[in-house]
Amino acid sequence: MPGKLLWKIDPGAIDRLAARLPLGSVVVSATNGKTTTAAMAASIIGGRFNLAHNRAGANLMSGVASTLIDARAAELGLFEVDEAALPEVVARLRPRAVCLGNLFRDQLDRYGELEHVAEGWRSAVQQLSATTALAVNGDDPQVGELARERPGAVVFGLDDPRVARPSLQHAADSKYCIRCGTPYEYAAAYVGHLGDYRCPACGHGRPPLDVAARELELNGLESVGFTLATKAGERRVELRVPGLYNVYNALAATSLALALGASLEEIVSGLKSFSAAFGRFERIAVGDRRVLMLLIKNPAGANEAVRTIVDGGAPAVAVVALNDAIADGRDVSWIWDVDFEPLLGRLERLVATGDRAAELALRFKYGGLDAGAIDVVPSLERALDRGLELVPPGGELVVLPTYTAMLALRKIVADRGFVRPYWERAA
Amino acid sequence: MKIVVAHLYPDFLNIYADRGNIAVLARRAAWRGHELEVRAVSVGEPVQAGAHDLLYVGGGQDREQALVAPDLVEKGQGVLESVAGGAVLLAVCGGYQLLGRSYRDLHGADLPGIGLFPFDTVAGETRMIGDVLLECELEPGDRRTLAGFENHAGRTRLDPGAQPLGRVVAGFGNDGESGWEGCRVGRAVGTYLHGPLLPRNPWFADWLLAQALAHRLGEAPQLDPLSDELELQAHAVSARRAESRGGRR
Repeated sequence: MPGKLLWKIDPGAIDRLAARLPLGSVVVSATNGKTTTAAMAASIIGGRFNLAHNRAGANLMSGVASTLIDARAAELGLFEVDEAALPEVVARLRPRAVCLGNLFRDQLDRYGELEHVAEGWRSAVQQLSATTALAVNGDDPQVGELARERPGAVVFGLDDPRVARPSLQHAADSKYCIRCGTPYEYAAAYVGHLGDYRCPACGHGRPPLDVAARELELNGLESVGFTLATKAGERRVELRVPGLYNVYNALAATSLALALGASLEEIVSGLKSFSAAFGRFERIAVGDRRVLMLLIKNPAGANEAVRTIVDGGAPAVAVVALNDAIADGRDVSWIWDVDFEPLLGRLERLVATGDRAAELALRFKYGGLDAGAIDVVPSLERALDRGLELVPPGGELVVLPTYTAMLALRKIVADRGFVRPYWERAA
Repeated sequence: MKIVVAHLYPDFLNIYADRGNIAVLARRAAWRGHELEVRAVSVGEPVQAGAHDLLYVGGGQDREQALVAPDLVEKGQGVLESVAGGAVLLAVCGGYQLLGRSYRDLHGADLPGIGLFPFDTVAGETRMIGDVLLECELEPGDRRTLAGFENHAGRTRLDPGAQPLGRVVAGFGNDGESGWEGCRVGRAVGTYLHGPLLPRNPWFADWLLAQALAHRLGEAPQLDPLSDELELQAHAVSARRAESRGGRR
């Protein structure tokens, strides 16, 4: 991997490669949604600029370097960046715009404590040059606070209490006031701890929104519509991907596109033509059945995947795949913080697969699913076949894989000729 | 029979799937015809000595630990008297640290402990992260293994003569040096093994339940065996992980 090599032997060369981009770079980071946000931004601005974009998710410093090496004719860099790698990437790329989405507990075995990542983001923002545009998700207390230290920052968030959760989820992380430690009160909690919060003791609350989504219309697994409100005006947006979390991604992409001078018309049409980012929400025809694949990687993200699926009609069969490679997180305890229970309503059979299939089976067993309804099939290929065989012809098989399991499953269906590998579709 | 559980600070100390451990205790009790009644006991609420058969304290990040530490000192007497009266206690990771005498975090700030367990903990520069395998002998002559995962900066040094939970077969353990993991005082057990510790170590879940029933009945009953095929599979995979990639001392 040339990027990794370059980073090791001459890291300053990355700075010089980035400096050659005539229109500079923009950077997106978040625990959840960075790949999708960057893909949405590409859909909006890709027609106007020749992009250097790490679209397959190589989001560490080395992956950014590889993309820079490969994309010499590019005018503008569009990078999704790993949360922990953000400080270094920002220092080297000196981006013209930075968009920060959310911070959830994720792979504590790799990142350490959430507070440590937040600390890195604060110092990264402090280092930004005065001309760098900053967009932040105001619904996340730790992230929204970054705008306060920076006049001119754009704050985005959701503004539709009708679609809020009745209460904070178990996986909510930043539940306590970042100033005084008192539990926040939520006028609306949307995804995990993201929402309209306010501290009853010291008054620390969500900053005013510059870019907001209102009047949401959730259409199961098919789509979501919302009114996009910005200082430049309001427009109705229809996304072809479902879920509240994709509204957050669309707001993030919008904020970034506005910082690059895109018009509302370009934004609306770019978002409309966006279909799905790699492995995040993909429908793949496999013979006379379909596979619906949604990546799960941490409690907050997995909860949204579960909620999206249940909104579209709880399935009778599901394949859930748990691997524990470094990219998945070697510590699998996070599955116990996911609210899988809404899936149990109609579930007749669970195929638990991956390297930690038995562990996953236990999560469902102790969640209330009869052990007799669980097939433990560690081999991903055999688990996929077992799942397909349980779904009637014309039906759809729900598959929830962790990251490396998702890569392996895509490869399995690609090898059977059902999906073109993402690297061929990338261009 | 009803088993009354005090879950301490479920709103603060829940970083590693602590609710999974509670779910395992509740189901395994119910499958034997017992009922686990779990009462949340959080900031500002006292622990009444003798009111519970089992106390559970989960893990938290430094920030949450600091938020609850002063309150835990207030509860200290109630916790100590409960354990002295034969109540069971399981404390995991952050909760384990706070039940020692003291915890010094990475910034040098001292958090008071309640002194249930005879040790002090000091955070080190590097975290000890990885799969762990222990060998335990909670009942004389009955050797068992515990498979889990650890992720802690704290180095916990037991006093001479203190009883650990187990011997480290693979992984770091209390301090990465001594070869011991966890601590035991009577029916109170503390450990760094976080997350779904009980699902993949069903014998330990049953030991805790039997001891909690002993707090009620005077002696530990023989619990009916359950079909633990999945549990043993998960244990075997986790144990192999510890042996192949657990922390090295």
